[in-house]
Amino acid sequence: MVRLISALIGAFFTLCLLIAFGTGLISYIKEPPAKTVEAAFHKHPGELALQSDGAFGSFDRQQLQRGFQVYKEVCSACHAIKYVAFRDLKELGYNDPEVKAIAAGFKVPVYNPGTGELKTRDGVPTDHFPPVVYGGSGTPPDLSLITKARHGGASYVHALLTGYAEQPAELLKKYPESKTPDGLFYNPYFANLNIAMPPPLASEGQVSYKDGTKATVDQMATDVAAFLVWTAEPKLEKRHQTGWPVLGFLLFASVLAYMAYRNVWADKKH
Amino acid sequence: MSFPWANEYKPSHPAMVWLDEKLPLPRFVFNAVGAGYPVPRNLNYMWNFGVLAGFCLMLQIVTGVILAMHYAADTSVAFNSTEHIMRDVNWGWMLRYAHANGASAFFVVVYAHIFRGFYFGSYKAPREMIWLLGVVIFLLMMATAFMGYVLPWGQMSFWGAQVITGLFSAIPLVGDALHTWLLGGFAPDQAALNRFFSLHFLLPFVILGVVILHIWALHIPGSSNPTGVEVKSESDTVPFHPYYTAKDGFGLAVFLFLYCAMLFFFPNALGHPDNYIPANPMQTPAHIVPEWYFWPFYAILRAFTADLTIPFTHVVLVPAKLLGVLAMFSAILVWFALPWLDTSPVRSGHYRPTFRKIYWLLVIDVVILGYCGGSPAEEPFVMISQIAAAYYFLHFFIILPLVSLIETPQPLPFSITESVLGKDVETTPAPAE
Repeated sequence: MVRLISALIGAFFTLCLLIAFGTGLISYIKEPPAKTVEAAFHKHPGELALQSDGAFGSFDRQQLQRGFQVYKEVCSACHAIKYVAFRDLKELGYNDPEVKAIAAGFKVPVYNPGTGELKTRDGVPTDHFPPVVYGGSGTPPDLSLITKARHGGASYVHALLTGYAEQPAELLKKYPESKTPDGLFYNPYFANLNIAMPPPLASEGQVSYKDGTKATVDQMATDVAAFLVWTAEPKLEKRHQTGWPVLGFLLFASVLAYMAYRNVWADKKH
Repeated sequence: MSFPWANEYKPSHPAMVWLDEKLPLPRFVFNAVGAGYPVPRNLNYMWNFGVLAGFCLMLQIVTGVILAMHYAADTSVAFNSTEHIMRDVNWGWMLRYAHANGASAFFVVVYAHIFRGFYFGSYKAPREMIWLLGVVIFLLMMATAFMGYVLPWGQMSFWGAQVITGLFSAIPLVGDALHTWLLGGFAPDQAALNRFFSLHFLLPFVILGVVILHIWALHIPGSSNPTGVEVKSESDTVPFHPYYTAKDGFGLAVFLFLYCAMLFFFPNALGHPDNYIPANPMQTPAHIVPEWYFWPFYAILRAFTADLTIPFTHVVLVPAKLLGVLAMFSAILVWFALPWLDTSPVRSGHYRPTFRKIYWLLVIDVVILGYCGGSPAEEPFVMISQIAAAYYFLHFFIILPLVSLIETPQPLPFSITESVLGKDVETTPAPAE
């Protein structure tokens, strides 16, 4: 009886699935799904080599400072990094007075619940980076977690920043309705190919690095991507440093446990 | 119950004698996982996963309770409090990664445990109750994991909750009302997040309770073994301690090594990037995918794309969505019937040539389903998952009962001892234990 009921249920679901498969197949053959413009022209970021990559990865503090400079002078006009506090910048190698000076350079909103007044004051190290008031089109995302919130991470950030281009003639020929609308910019690394952000890193030397590094567009994009790896995962270095001794210990423990196991079972065939 | 030759607990220290008279807790432990529990001597490494699953449960409870001290179940701050744990709580990043990857590790070992049961017929009499309780644990785990994933209140948390709770609205007549009642609103929001947090904290302890029943039920007939032949004499068994405590200790060390490698070096490999974007009810992600351990069942849910209609009319008997929900739940609930569907008197797949073939086909099928479940709902994945899901139902509902009816099994060894030593008696004297 159990088997009869089961066979009926099984046959029912199988039949439904075969009907669904059949209908799907017929419509697939009749009108094969057209390749969307995104599927045809979207590009995946290439590899970006950073010192933070891999199981031994650590932060290049000089590079993070350069990346922070790019963020501060370029990105911060539209993008906040609200999960980062000014005090965190000490991890980039800035000392206390420098962190204080950086914090003081940002205006932090203060709301007075008594009067309903909204004012600003100079930032202090315990503040987080303040929200950015943005009045343009599009919605600039907060960048604190961006390298963990996008497939490809830092490579995606670098590819997006350096990937602006003219729309390919082939795209306009095949998908004339997909011409980039006014006010948007063609970027094959962006999911829907048209991004509201104008090319932020337009020319060499846009930022003048204090350490003398030549500020090419590629260099600036790499540095800011490295900085955003840090904002997303500030404990990355600590994590790697902790991981190796843990694995070393566990390897030792495994060997020891294996020997104990063989020892206990030595007299017992199994 | 135990075998007559089981070692008896004989405390020597006066304090233990005193305790044993008042509350025989040490005796209980001795009989459950100590030298008082005789276990078949021929268990292979596939029998390590029960202990590992128990370890994962404790790991999740300990890390979870500490995380709950720093987390706030409020839609306006849930995401921030998660980031606060990652950045400002001492070792918070390690706790959260340990908990998130701990969930995955828990499912890895539980899937290994379940598929070991499938292969070696662990569900067969007299162990049906152990199996039934195990399926209950698995269902509770799925509910717990789902609600836990909602807590960080990222994009995938929110939209995953939207999709999964939406399944209830497929129920005819009462579906919509039930859906609203369960969520405390029309979409996941404050009420839902708060109750999910409450239930996510409660359910692991319910699981713990069912685990205790699971192990209790196990100790009635004792552990099964790779030959599927029941224990006949003392030489078939070894005391759990030190034999299996030593073997499980080795298994645990290897497990911890692999788990820590994930935790410290690829902590986000199994997660979805979208969950690092705060929940936004106004913006649907391009692809809504659950965590990897739900993928095979998610593929079954999505495979039902056609309504069931009266042929040649447009009268819908069962809408596709309801079919998908029914099928997804049936795909797991059928495991409850397994002891009565697989009627072959032989337990172990080692001695069942035809069963062995369909077993490995099932494993491949589930992997394919998993792959499709993690892929976007586009062709060819939908069509592949339809075929794979059809095979899944054929396997459990039709092929397995049929095979167990017509298959001629290979001869079984007389006893566990014979399978190990080649003869039924142990000639070398076993040293005193």
